[in-house]
Amino acid sequence: MKNMKRSVINLRNFFLVLKSDVRLLIGVSILIVFIILGFILCHFSPYDPKRWGQVPRDVPPCWSYPLGTTSLGQDLFWLLTFALQNSLVLGITVAAVSTFTGVTLGLLAGYRGGYLDEITTFLSDVFIAIPSFPILVMLAALFLGRIHILMLALVLCLFNWPWPAKQVRSMMLSLRERVFIETAIFSGFGTIEIIFREIIPLISPWIFANFINTVLVAIGAEAGLATIGVSSLEEITLGTMIFWALRYQAMFMGHWWWIAVPVVTIIVLFIALFLIYLSISEIFSIGGFKK
Amino acid sequence: MFSPSGVASEVMSMNYPLLETINLTKVFKMGGIFKGSSFRAVDNVNLKMEFNEPIILSIVGESGCGKTTLARLLLNVIQPTSGIIKFEGKEITKMKKKSEILEFKRKVQPIFQNPFESFNPLNTVSRYLYASALKLQIAKDKEEAKEIVNEALISVGLNPEVLDRKPHEFSGGELQRISIVRALIPKPKLLITDEPVSMLDASIRMSVINLFLKLKKESNTYFIYITHDLATAYYISDFVAIMFRGSIVEYGFAHDVLSDPLHPYTEMLLNSTPDISKKWTGRVILSGLELKEFESLGCKFWRRCPYASDKCKLTRPEMIEPKSNRMVACFRYQ
Amino acid sequence: MSENSIIEVGDLKAYYKTRHGDVKAVDDIGFFVKSNEIFGICGESGCGKSTLIKVLYGLIEPPLKVLSGHVSIDINDKKIFLKYNNDVNNIKKLWWNEMSYIPQSSMNLLNPTAKIEDQFIEILRKVDKRTTRGEAKKIVQKSFDALGLPREVLSSYPHQLSGGMRQRVVISMATILNPKIVYADEPTTALDVVVQRGILEMMRELQRKSNNTFVIVTHDMGIQYQISDRVMVMYAGKICEIGKTDKIFQTSTHPYTKLLIESLPRLGDKSERRSIKGAPPNLLAPPKGCRFHIRCPYATQECIEEEPPLVEILHEHYVACFHPLG
Repeated sequence: MKNMKRSVINLRNFFLVLKSDVRLLIGVSILIVFIILGFILCHFSPYDPKRWGQVPRDVPPCWSYPLGTTSLGQDLFWLLTFALQNSLVLGITVAAVSTFTGVTLGLLAGYRGGYLDEITTFLSDVFIAIPSFPILVMLAALFLGRIHILMLALVLCLFNWPWPAKQVRSMMLSLRERVFIETAIFSGFGTIEIIFREIIPLISPWIFANFINTVLVAIGAEAGLATIGVSSLEEITLGTMIFWALRYQAMFMGHWWWIAVPVVTIIVLFIALFLIYLSISEIFSIGGFKK
Repeated sequence: MFSPSGVASEVMSMNYPLLETINLTKVFKMGGIFKGSSFRAVDNVNLKMEFNEPIILSIVGESGCGKTTLARLLLNVIQPTSGIIKFEGKEITKMKKKSEILEFKRKVQPIFQNPFESFNPLNTVSRYLYASALKLQIAKDKEEAKEIVNEALISVGLNPEVLDRKPHEFSGGELQRISIVRALIPKPKLLITDEPVSMLDASIRMSVINLFLKLKKESNTYFIYITHDLATAYYISDFVAIMFRGSIVEYGFAHDVLSDPLHPYTEMLLNSTPDISKKWTGRVILSGLELKEFESLGCKFWRRCPYASDKCKLTRPEMIEPKSNRMVACFRYQ
Repeated sequence: MSENSIIEVGDLKAYYKTRHGDVKAVDDIGFFVKSNEIFGICGESGCGKSTLIKVLYGLIEPPLKVLSGHVSIDINDKKIFLKYNNDVNNIKKLWWNEMSYIPQSSMNLLNPTAKIEDQFIEILRKVDKRTTRGEAKKIVQKSFDALGLPREVLSSYPHQLSGGMRQRVVISMATILNPKIVYADEPTTALDVVVQRGILEMMRELQRKSNNTFVIVTHDMGIQYQISDRVMVMYAGKICEIGKTDKIFQTSTHPYTKLLIESLPRLGDKSERRSIKGAPPNLLAPPKGCRFHIRCPYATQECIEEEPPLVEILHEHYVACFHPLG
């Protein structure tokens, strides 16, 4: 975690300079709005999100209820703030754990080779080949449709560590041959120092971009699963919002706002994350590392 | 095992050769499990640096002849497939203790071809300079390290202010000087330089070459100078070893080898160098497909050799000493 | 300009437009190249020689821009001026049959996914649509036989050939339609010394047989000495000296040329060689006056303030210096 945090902090400097990129500006702005909604505003909610019957049901968006209300008597606006928080926390946690695991394994496997390399490669190939969706459905079936949110997060981590592991390993294999590594060796640096101070700075933009992408993937996976009921349905996430809206046939009943709110939010969140991802990827693969 | 007999007999104070390789071989395997091929980049090389005063040994050969692989083997950056490398009597591939490895790094240092690749583009050059002083235990603390580094920079004509710059802020010549300064901080006994000036502008090349000559005299440093350029090799070296497709084919005093070549390949190299003292005469014939030359049963050069006989095709010539202090691997001299 | 000049350049300015400013790679130069000669352009990295070749051949891509000046080529006794506005098609028409280009790395010209034979056929048919595959094949085979290249190369892919062989293929490609001008930009970098000699001699033989013009750009003075008939020395975007190769190497008149040649090591000579102190200037902000004055041991006040013009001091020997030597 530490190495990743350090890289992220280094990149914060870039943000100030790189606000010249429109995509990055839009993406970050939207993300900031969602973060404010999800982590700050939610504390001001007058209602307990998990309780039903707090407000009149099925009220379309209006002045007192800006996003309308659900068939369960919940204010959609405040519900959204909690959903955002949970989805983001889930996404960030999964991204953090799987990126960290994947990167660490990839670095060690690439630099040291040997048994660790063979095991890591084998496992990552296995997990990349297995499609995650049927496994998750199977797990849901095992748990009779009720997966604890942590279990879900764990399974998502399991399916998301192999990609960074494989990529980082191959980057490490090529970077290891670079001449400046030999200069570092003959300057007296040890293996750990070389990995941290020579190699990681060169791949940290990739790690960060991958992190953003994984957040996106994790939130999307949860939303998709929740929609078909394979999630922790007591929790409030963007996905479970959709689930309940479908369960109560919001579309057929004409309560379009109930389904529109989470769907539009997810789409906008995705676009924001993707814009950031695109912008970071492009900036760091073109023109090298000039600040 | 060779070393010009005349010089070896002068060795007095050393118990062991500075550097010695015995049947050093490195084989690279390419391709997959089923249709892989192997390629002998370094093929039974026997070198011995056993002199009681510093010398510059040039290893001359064209690209692909294995000289960079040889450099990496001597630096212990890659492991040999077979054979032994000894530095000051100790086998470097068997070094396991941290103290041994540290000692090796203090005595043997590299200088690479491309100064811009020798440094991490994200870090300042000071990082490597200070580290070379502190981590190799030349300086006790940061203060002392700073002093040593500053002095070293000034001695090659660089301003210590350059320390906080990143590699891309320098010109090729300046950055290569910084590489050299870094390598000199631990006061090494042997500098292994791989094409150190081929990427520098012609007008500054000689200043780096002259710096090597100065270091040899003033700091008692031995050099291995690896290059494809015969002209600078002639200018700087005391001894020359000519390398062809992984093997050493000729060895001797620089003046002898380059003015009176014994091996046909050396002759061909000399004739093909675009030297500005003499225009080319005659013509050179180019080969068809070169990879085959690595795998010959006999002498690797027989396909292009104007003097080749049947014997050359089938048997590998051994290194012999037809004249005093001249070694060559060719059947013409048997 | 000379009567039998095939390329004439005047007042040429070509800069790279970057966000840091204009890199003045080719800065107001004029010279001519004769027909039936091997003309060498030499100078160190950053002197502008590669940019000059790109301009002459018409390989202009942003941020490179030709600001002013004229370049004309003499084809069949007609002078054709190359137009460098946005549409370079007028120049592209001349590619392969009037002028061709040998790049530094053969892989920049060869298509890695096509057989050698097919690449030749594509070019021949692009230039003259009426050529059939069969006819094209015969032309290529004849050219290969004349150059001593083995026919099995034709059915190979580029990556199956060595660097030297690929470069020979590229030379064959560049000369197959007998263009009047062949530009070669560092044609032997990364090649073995022996292969290099073979390739240079191949080019010289081609030139002598077809009596056309080869323009060879290389920083390697040794190559210039061996191959070129006349040499032009460039420094920081400007021309220092132009003249017959032998004359330049025996008694160079420009201090830069002289110091450069003196710094080169020679086989059989261990006397001390000295570099030129300092380094080439930054082309974003080249120095006022003579570009070389900072490193020149003979510089005077005039050299610092004024730029020396290129003057003809002997017959067809030009130098840009206020104090030419010799």
